[in-house]
Parts: sequence; C-alpha cells; structure tokens
Amino acid sequence: MAYSGSTAAKTERAADRAGNAAAAVFPTRAARAAGLVLLLAIAVALPFTMSGFRTFQFTQVLIYAIALLGLNMLTGYNGQFSLGHGAFYAIGAYTAAIMIDRWSIPYGWTIPTAGVLCLVVGFLFGLPALRLEGLYLALATFSLALAVPQILKYFEHWTGGSQGIVLSKPKPPLGLRLTEDQWIYFLTLAVTVLLFVLAVNLLRGRAGRAIVAVRDNHIAAEAMGVNNALYKTAVFGVSAAYTGVAGALSAIAIAFVAPDSFDVFLSITLLTGIVIGGLATISGAIFGALFIQFVPNWAQDISKAAPWAIFGVFLILFMYAMPRGIAGGLQLLWGRLSRRRTR
Amino acid sequence: MDIFIQQVVSGLATGGIYASLALALVMIYQATDVVNFAQGSMAMFSTYLAWSMLQAGLSYWVAFFATVIIAFVGGVAIERVIIRPVENAPILAIVIVTLGLLVILTSVAGWFYSYIQKPFPSPFPSKPIRIGTVVFGAHDLGAIGVTLVILLLLFLFFRYTTLGLAMRAAAQNPVSSRLCGIRVSWMLGLGWGLAATFGAVAGLMIAPVVFLDPNMMGGIQIYAFAAATVGGFTSPLGAVVGGFLVGITENLVGTYVSVIGTELKLTVALAMIIIVLLVRPSGLFGRTTVRRV
Repeated sequence: MAYSGSTAAKTERAADRAGNAAAAVFPTRAARAAGLVLLLAIAVALPFTMSGFRTFQFTQVLIYAIALLGLNMLTGYNGQFSLGHGAFYAIGAYTAAIMIDRWSIPYGWTIPTAGVLCLVVGFLFGLPALRLEGLYLALATFSLALAVPQILKYFEHWTGGSQGIVLSKPKPPLGLRLTEDQWIYFLTLAVTVLLFVLAVNLLRGRAGRAIVAVRDNHIAAEAMGVNNALYKTAVFGVSAAYTGVAGALSAIAIAFVAPDSFDVFLSITLLTGIVIGGLATISGAIFGALFIQFVPNWAQDISKAAPWAIFGVFLILFMYAMPRGIAGGLQLLWGRLSRRRTR
Repeated sequence: MDIFIQQVVSGLATGGIYASLALALVMIYQATDVVNFAQGSMAMFSTYLAWSMLQAGLSYWVAFFATVIIAFVGGVAIERVIIRPVENAPILAIVIVTLGLLVILTSVAGWFYSYIQKPFPSPFPSKPIRIGTVVFGAHDLGAIGVTLVILLLLFLFFRYTTLGLAMRAAAQNPVSSRLCGIRVSWMLGLGWGLAATFGAVAGLMIAPVVFLDPNMMGGIQIYAFAAATVGGFTSPLGAVVGGFLVGITENLVGTYVSVIGTELKLTVALAMIIIVLLVRPSGLFGRTTVRRV
C-alpha cells in the first residue's frame, strides 16, 4: 500500500462518513436533531401501541443494535474482522444468568458486570489478535465462535450444561404500571441510548479519528503518533463490552440461556447485520438490527418449507443492490438527490 | 502400537478429506482473496445429487463421475452468475454473498431431501483389510487413494498444461495476465469449478462415514479451515499437508487424551488454529506477504 495524498483524503472521507452517518437521512443539523427527537419519541411510544410479543421483538432489535454497534466499531471503524462476537454475547448472557441464578444478585448489577468482564476478555483476546490481519483474524475469531457451545456444555456445574439456565422475567420497579415486557423494553432502550451516545462521542472525537486512521493506513497513523497496538486492543475490548452488555440484556429479556443459542450462526448473523446495515456507520447498527430481527420472520411467511433459502436470497440481493449496506445506500441516494437539486 | 497405527491411518483418511476441502478453499482464496464459506454446503449438495442418482439405479462409479462433472459445471455457474456481480464490491460483501449461498444450499437440501440422516454407500469393500496384526478399514484406504489420485491430477494439470499455467498466472497477477491475453475472469470461474469438484469428491468420501444430512459438512469445513490455516492459505501443498496433520492430530488427541474425548473435538481445531496463527501466521508453507510502504 503506497502512502499518498489520496490515502489521507480517503481517511478524511471515511472519518467524515463515520461522523455523518445520520447526515445521509437528515442533511442539516436542525433537521437531524428533530429527526432524532422524533425517533426517540416513536421508540418511547412503541410498546404502548403493540402486543407484548411485538414489544419483545423490538426489545430484541435494540439488543441486536447494541451488539452490532460494538461489532461495527471493531470491524467497520477499526478494520479488524470478527466472526466470533457471538462468543462475547454468550459470555455476557451467561454472566448475567449465573449471577442472577446462582448468586441471587439483582439483575441491574449484571449488565455493567457483563460489560466489564467482556471488556477485559476482549482486551485480552485483542492482544493475540494484534498479530493477525484480515482473513487470519476472521478465522481465529470464527474458531472461537465454534468452540463456545462446546465449552459452555463442558462446564456443566456453572452453566447447567445443555439444559441451560432458566430465569424469571424481572418485575417493573417502583410500582410502575408496566407489563414485564414493557419494562424490559424501556430498560433496554435506556441502555441503548446511553451506549449510542457514548459511541458517537467516542467515534467522532480524537479517538475515533485515530481508530479509523489505524484501519486505513496503520503506518501513517503510527507516524502521526497513534499507538496502534493500544488502539487496536482497546477497540477490541470496548467492542466486546458492547456485545457483552447486549448478551446480558438478552439473557434478562428472554429469561433463558442455553449453549446452542450461541452457536456460530449467532456470530454470522451479527456480521451479516453490520454489513447489511452499513459498515462504519452508526445508523447502520439500527438498520442491521431491524434486518436480522424481522427478515427471517418475513422469509418464514413467504415460504414455510425453506425460510432460510429465502433469507439467503435476500442477503445476496441486498449485497447486489447496496454493497455498502443500507446506511451506505441511503447516503448514496441522498448524494444523488442533492446533486440533482443543486444543478 | 497397533491402535496407534490404526488411528494414524484413519486420521490420514479423514485428513485426506479435509485436505480436499482445504484445497478447494485455498484455490478460491488464492485467485480472489475470498474465503468461500459455502464450500462445504456446495459439497453437501453434490453428494445429495449423487445419492439421487444412486437411488435412480445408476452404478456407483457412473454416479461418481456424473456428480463430479455436475459439480464442476455448477461451480463455474455459481461464480459466473452469483459471485460475478459483486466481483468489485468490498471483500466483506462477497463474504456475505457466500454466506447467503451457504444458507440457501443447506435450506434447499433440507427441503428436498429432509433433515433425516441417510446412509450413503462406499464403493470399497466393507471387509477390513489385515496387514500383519493391524486392521485397516477398506474405506479409509480407498479414501486416501482417491485423495492422492486427485492431488496428482491437480498437480499435473497446473504444472504441465497451458490452461493450468494461465490459471496460475491469473491468480498471481491479474493485470499482466490480461495483457497477455488470458481471460482472467473466466479463469476465476474455472477455479470455482475445480474447487467445487474437490468439494464434491470430499463429500462423496466422507458421506459413508458421517452419514448424509444437510449439515454434514459443517464440522468438516471447520477442520478444512484449520487445515488451510495450518498449511498456509497461500499454499496448495500446505493445504494438503495441513489436512493430513489435522486429521491425524484429531484422531490421536481423541484417542489418547481422555479429557478431550469427542466432546471437545472442535475445541482442538480452535486450539490448532490459534497456536499456528500465533506462532506462524502464514502457516507452515505459506509465504509471508511483504507489502511495500
């Protein structure tokens, strides 16, 4: 890779793209703020207009969005491929389940604990990952994802083996007049908003530029004084922490964990989510989460016999139509429209 | 000692199958930098086609060669029709397309043939072969033989034919090859066809052992990944040696290390991948890519 002005320009563009993911949909600042407020209002109103099951599905969307945001930081922004984030999701879920079930710790504490634990594990896994790039990293993480169900079954004493652990759904606190599903939805929404705000601040600032620079040209980044090793391992840790929090929330929301729900397809689903949603975009995490939650269901409606075949066809068609994901596709569309307008 | 030799030979047999699939992965990776996640399910699908032909009353070897030819044509067709439109897309987009292919093939196979396991015949006699005090399964020896024949044919093809040379050139330097009049994009198609062929042979050889079902190649593909990693993703020879190494290790560890048994077998593959990647990321035979800055 030759270092040249164009690479620097690319970095800048990428950073710009990273910062302005929402700009694709909302061009001006005021419009964007209004759009975000509207989005939040819809999100808050949502559970009051739907059945408990739909609410649960949207809780799942939020949970996926957190995990996808974490994975996107690593793969989209930092350029480290991971096919093994299902492992961190599993660690988060089992941390929550074991803490609640075995030690009777209130569920509220399990979410930050899962995050911190995954931060540490992710950071440690990030150390050997420093030596690996592209395909090799993808394979190492892939084999991690494969081994997880077997390892979970092996430590039966802690994890309950293939039977898994059954939890009970938490009751709404303070006498709030919400159903259990609605309460979990709002809890998840609060965590999601918090984590998205943190991620936006992280990625738009100095650290975010460094993260993107390491992806685009690590030697140039090094020359500018960016500590590559530190950033790569730190991003791995933060990314794992996000996914771990998502895992803990999923354990609480589903009230059940079992090894086979954390198989390699979970990791593949997560990767699919960020690519479909849009690599290196914040909004892509939400688009991707909606896709991986609802498209398999639609596929099931279309064909009971072979739903996954329909899902596969969707995947391929999406990649043909929008190789840069939904967020990327929208950006392109917006770019074309605005150019036409100025002409 | 007898058990040891037996385990090594049966390790070589499964290793040969891993080697064929690893070779398929390496071929596509070398030409396009893409890891084809659908390699295993393409092999599974070919094996089902062979099963259908056998059900229809064809003899084994007729079905075998018909399957191999269909797999080749199918592989070329998949590259031309499905992969080609995303040729210039980001690598991850292509990876997602191969994943899409994986779920489609698995699901369609399950739909047509159901998810119930089916026995699959072996072309080799079921009577074990006795050499001295050691007993070998005839299918094991046969599978090793088939693998070696395929490897030899492949070597001859790439070494002594113009087409093989053109394919190697296209993989190594697409731009210069195009200037020499090689149709690079068709060479990629041929590569996919050949890869699908090895996959089909691997599927036909493993099906009598693991039984036929839509997910039968899942675990095997992982071992093929491990094999390709151990040998080096840039070296076909490495993929073969890696396949045999992984097969033998898997068998010996399963037999002699009681903690592992069969439960943690996949974890062995994980450990092998990670250790090799840490000690020698480019694999035993791979070349280290040197990048100009």
